[in-house]
Amino acid sequence: MANQPLLQIKNLTTSFRIQDEYYPAVDNVSLNVNENEVLAIVGESGCGKSALALSIMRLHNELNTKLEGEVNFKGQNLLSLSTAEMNKYRGKEMGMIFQDPLTALNPLMRIGQQIEEAMRNHLDLSDAEMKARSLELLKKVGIPNPERTYMQFPHELSGGMRQRVVIAIAISCEPKFLIADEPTTALDVTIQAQILDLMLELQEQMKTGIILITHDLGVVAEMADRVAVMYAGQIVEIADVYTLFRNPLHPYTRSLFNSIPSAAEGSDRLHVIQGIVPSLKNLPRTGCRFSNRIPWIKESAHESNPTLHEVEKDHWVRCTCYQDFHFPGDAEAEKI
Amino acid sequence: MTLLKIENLKVYYPVRGGFFRRVIDHVKAVDDISFELQPGETYGLVGESGCGKTTTGRTIIGLNRPTAGKITFNDVELTKITRRDFYKYRKDIQMIFQDPYSSLNPRKRVIDIIAEPIRNFERLSPKEERMKIMEVLEKVGLSPESIYKYPHEFSGGQRQRIGIARALTLNPKLIIADEPVSALDVSVQAQVLNFMKDIQKEFNLTYLFISHDLGIIRHMCDRIGIMYRGRLVEEGTKEEIFENPQHIYTKRLLSSIPQMNPEERLKHMAFRKEVNQEFKNNYDKYFDAEGKIFDLKPISETHSVALP
Repeated sequence: MANQPLLQIKNLTTSFRIQDEYYPAVDNVSLNVNENEVLAIVGESGCGKSALALSIMRLHNELNTKLEGEVNFKGQNLLSLSTAEMNKYRGKEMGMIFQDPLTALNPLMRIGQQIEEAMRNHLDLSDAEMKARSLELLKKVGIPNPERTYMQFPHELSGGMRQRVVIAIAISCEPKFLIADEPTTALDVTIQAQILDLMLELQEQMKTGIILITHDLGVVAEMADRVAVMYAGQIVEIADVYTLFRNPLHPYTRSLFNSIPSAAEGSDRLHVIQGIVPSLKNLPRTGCRFSNRIPWIKESAHESNPTLHEVEKDHWVRCTCYQDFHFPGDAEAEKI
Repeated sequence: MTLLKIENLKVYYPVRGGFFRRVIDHVKAVDDISFELQPGETYGLVGESGCGKTTTGRTIIGLNRPTAGKITFNDVELTKITRRDFYKYRKDIQMIFQDPYSSLNPRKRVIDIIAEPIRNFERLSPKEERMKIMEVLEKVGLSPESIYKYPHEFSGGQRQRIGIARALTLNPKLIIADEPVSALDVSVQAQVLNFMKDIQKEFNLTYLFISHDLGIIRHMCDRIGIMYRGRLVEEGTKEEIFENPQHIYTKRLLSSIPQMNPEERLKHMAFRKEVNQEFKNNYDKYFDAEGKIFDLKPISETHSVALP
């Protein structure tokens, strides 16, 4: 079908069980990812961005998680598949790059074996073919001496090299779709730049759709085509990257921008978002979830049941409070 | 007057092996670095992990022993005096640690955590002690009633402020902040950084700010030293380092920072490639035959670069 998005998430709600009650960590999220597109999901810890990623891959413990809604991958709803059927997708058509390469790799397996693991399950290749392909992959991700690395263990490699191996594993079966969950958070800036450049290069070659999960707006600016900002389980703003950086609208997005040292340049003080992210149990279920962090904005500015509004083409903002939002002029916001 | 002066500091770790586990080699964690801190300024020490920046901080406060070199604090040579004499200066130098989750003892209440330096250095009655602790807690913006709480009852930003309160109790002159906000979310990070700037003015503190995040360094520091493989490659004021970097490593570090402007990203990526290429091509120009970094040479009054 023409113009069908690669991955289509419809009204996805992920709830976790806490003492026999289910609480939604991801609340009614709808997203599309097209082929050859990088969609970034930004937010602070606890906003549900990783929970969303794990839901797409169905990696949550099913005993205490409830998934509602639809995740359509090439027209197939992944949530209705059995585990065995799901396994055919994981690692083959959908790859995942995890945050910490040291915990994502098995310390007792040689690098070569780990790369071959996914291929062994999904592709019909002989041992020699698999080895040839592994070496080729290692070369592709920029490892200087593939033959040696093939026989090494994860602890013998540096952080950047390990992350390259994780990427090699993720792309081993040439997936159409990748989730990268904070792929560079554990790395140094110079290594981070290398890994991001590598990911962009591979993406260009393979035309993959990528969901990039990060808290670093700098990484978003370098990588993404479109950006979704999440707060307390909901998407509060979604736009293409140029629009979002030129004209951020939602109060949370604007606060986030103003609290980053490199972006808040010129002003001596950084903006501090008042209060804390409410815990999953205490999250308000009605009204604007961000309202208690911006108490100086009058009550009537918020919608009683905030929805996403299209303010310009493909630029969606939740709640109407962005129209009246302004930063507190004086030192008021500093007091916590 | 100079508050802290580091001269030719070296910290080597022995590598043992062979017959009788003799010392066969050294890991040169810090290899001959010198810098000065003026009272009231913030000096930033930047570098990748493993470049020796944390070791430098720990050596100044006395958690590591220097192999060679001089550390002079307020005209007293800390490296020459005995342990007992060093004790007197210890209260003037305090440290804020990186991870607020592991630097606070989970089995102690806030009052005991903050009282620890007081109990070490001052004789106060329990009542006076409690008064003093409530006073510092108020300064760091925590409610004085929270003295009987345990660390797990606080959020990350609040914990880091407990760590800062502990560092502040003895009215130190110098605070060594080792990646104080790396473990925190951006908005919480902003809170802690603002707060550190406030107390700096209020108490006329001097900071040695250790970080790998150049954005934060730019925001906080007056002067910056760039470290690479245990040595300083460039030192200068904030403007000199960011506007006019001379050493290829500094350039490489600066080009790696993600730019906040998506419209310029292709340009930035090309620039990064160019710098990386130059790093490879002109390697001999910036490093000597053994791959060692040259000694710092001044190119202006405040700016010095490690060039031959």
